[in-house]
Amino acid sequence: MPGSVKIVVRPEASASYVRAISTGLGITLKHMVKPKKQTQQYPDEKWDLSRRLRGTHRMATHEDGRAKCVGCGLCPTVCPVNCIKLIPAEDENGERYAAVYEIDEFRCIFCGFCQEVCPVEAIHLGVHYENAEYSRERWVYDLERLTELEHPFTALWDPFDPASE
Amino acid sequence: MEPMTGTSFIVFTALKVVVFFVLLLVFVAMSTYFERKIAGFIQNRSGPNRVGPLGLLQVMADGLKFILKEETEPGGSNKKFFFLAPVLALVPATVLFAVLPFAAPLPTRWGLMEMIVADAPVGFLYVLAIASLGVYGMVLGGWASNSKYPFLGALRGSAQMVSYEVALAMSLVPVLMLVGNVTMPEIVSAQQRFAEGTGAYGAWFILPLMVAGLIFVISGVAETGRVPFDLPEAESELVGGFHTEYSAMKFGMFFLGEYAHLITTAALITIFFLGGWDIPFWEGDNIRVLADGTVIGEPAWWKTLLTLGSFTVKSLALVLFFMWLRWTIPRFRYDQLMDLGWKVFIPLLMGYIMLMGLAIYLLDSWGIPSGLKYSAALIGLNVVLMVILVWVVDRGSIVRGATARTRRAPGTAPARTRPVAPNEAD
Repeated sequence: MPGSVKIVVRPEASASYVRAISTGLGITLKHMVKPKKQTQQYPDEKWDLSRRLRGTHRMATHEDGRAKCVGCGLCPTVCPVNCIKLIPAEDENGERYAAVYEIDEFRCIFCGFCQEVCPVEAIHLGVHYENAEYSRERWVYDLERLTELEHPFTALWDPFDPASE
Repeated sequence: MEPMTGTSFIVFTALKVVVFFVLLLVFVAMSTYFERKIAGFIQNRSGPNRVGPLGLLQVMADGLKFILKEETEPGGSNKKFFFLAPVLALVPATVLFAVLPFAAPLPTRWGLMEMIVADAPVGFLYVLAIASLGVYGMVLGGWASNSKYPFLGALRGSAQMVSYEVALAMSLVPVLMLVGNVTMPEIVSAQQRFAEGTGAYGAWFILPLMVAGLIFVISGVAETGRVPFDLPEAESELVGGFHTEYSAMKFGMFFLGEYAHLITTAALITIFFLGGWDIPFWEGDNIRVLADGTVIGEPAWWKTLLTLGSFTVKSLALVLFFMWLRWTIPRFRYDQLMDLGWKVFIPLLMGYIMLMGLAIYLLDSWGIPSGLKYSAALIGLNVVLMVILVWVVDRGSIVRGATARTRRAPGTAPARTRPVAPNEAD
């Protein structure tokens, strides 16, 4: 049965302003005297975030501080909104690295495809959402900024632990 | 001790004007804070708590914001009246305080000082006259804006104010019949206990004139234009009603005017029906200055302070009650509002005035002196009337859907007022 609507039958003969209003006042008084506060004092108290929250990107680094990115070009390819700009280069040892790596967080839809597709687990989304800026230019994160960020990586969905517990 | 005269009278009156005006504005400002706090608590929120300890500086932050914001003015507005309206909204609510007695008379070296800014012999009529000026701010504001929503708000406001003013004034007639005087200090004294037969009834008028008191409170809320009578503002229907086009301090003045009006109404109810500055069950504060200057009772500075406290507590409790009411009940539908004013309150009050007049006439002609016995008889009568009012009059005949009243041919069944649900047994 697609749900039934509860209909409160209030005969006109028993309607009364005075009694109805005093009932209402009683209910609000209960809340006024014993408030069950639902407010979260946001900047002081923060949310408990899920490990799988997809927020601001982060670039993983090697122990010597170099970005793990090998400039394979998979993430700009998979990105549905074209927010990743990657120019690869090769160093004297023949190893590829990203000469330019920029993510426009303003365009990003936080789908997490880049993190899933990355073969070397370099680019990650992070458990972090407070990324307000005063100008749009500041929303384009370059490689240096991406490696400096310190919030935790987003956990990918694990098929052996579907509820992520 | 003689009442104050001459130069000292003028000096002290000027002093009282300044002190009470400042006090009133402080209370107005604080009541905006308390309104938001109470709204928060009732709705399971915290209310303002970021600015200063417990959010107490929120009032100042708001004031600063009002002053610093840009003043906008709609094109084609009537500039003169557009500027005048906020002033007219704030001024009547504040000047009304001039004739309200705050406390027992204060003895000074220069004579006995009445704690009232202007002890006008027609204080009562002044109250009614100034209270009805309040509508001008609303109507002019809505009309001068040259905009549709404010205009609708102003139309609603003017109709509402005019309707409820009648009920407001009529509910004070029984008070006048009992007191037999229109000066405000006399109305307070009449609710205190003095020797029998001196025109004092020893009971706050909310008891012997319960029905009038109830209607005065309700009409008072309607006059302040607050929920459930906030049709001129009606932000969910008319954007912001009469002050839609106002910004910055001009809006601020409407805002302050509303709260000043609220406090004034609370003070008026206190004086007319809650014994003014009288402290219940205590004979020491029964101080009365007769018209010829003789003083009954023993004035003292600490009694003045205590009675001032009593007046403040009563008024603020009423302000609190109005806020509580505001965050409890929804707005009236316009036709219900008009029905309540014209078809319920006014006939009710007419009958009530006749009945109370008869009762007072009978009690007088039986030779019962004004005093506790006299008011006990009236209290008995009023309790009966209240029971009839709540259990018989206020049943079905007041709240009714708009469709239930549509005209139908005689002999036909009344139209259904709501659709029949499938799970409803017919």
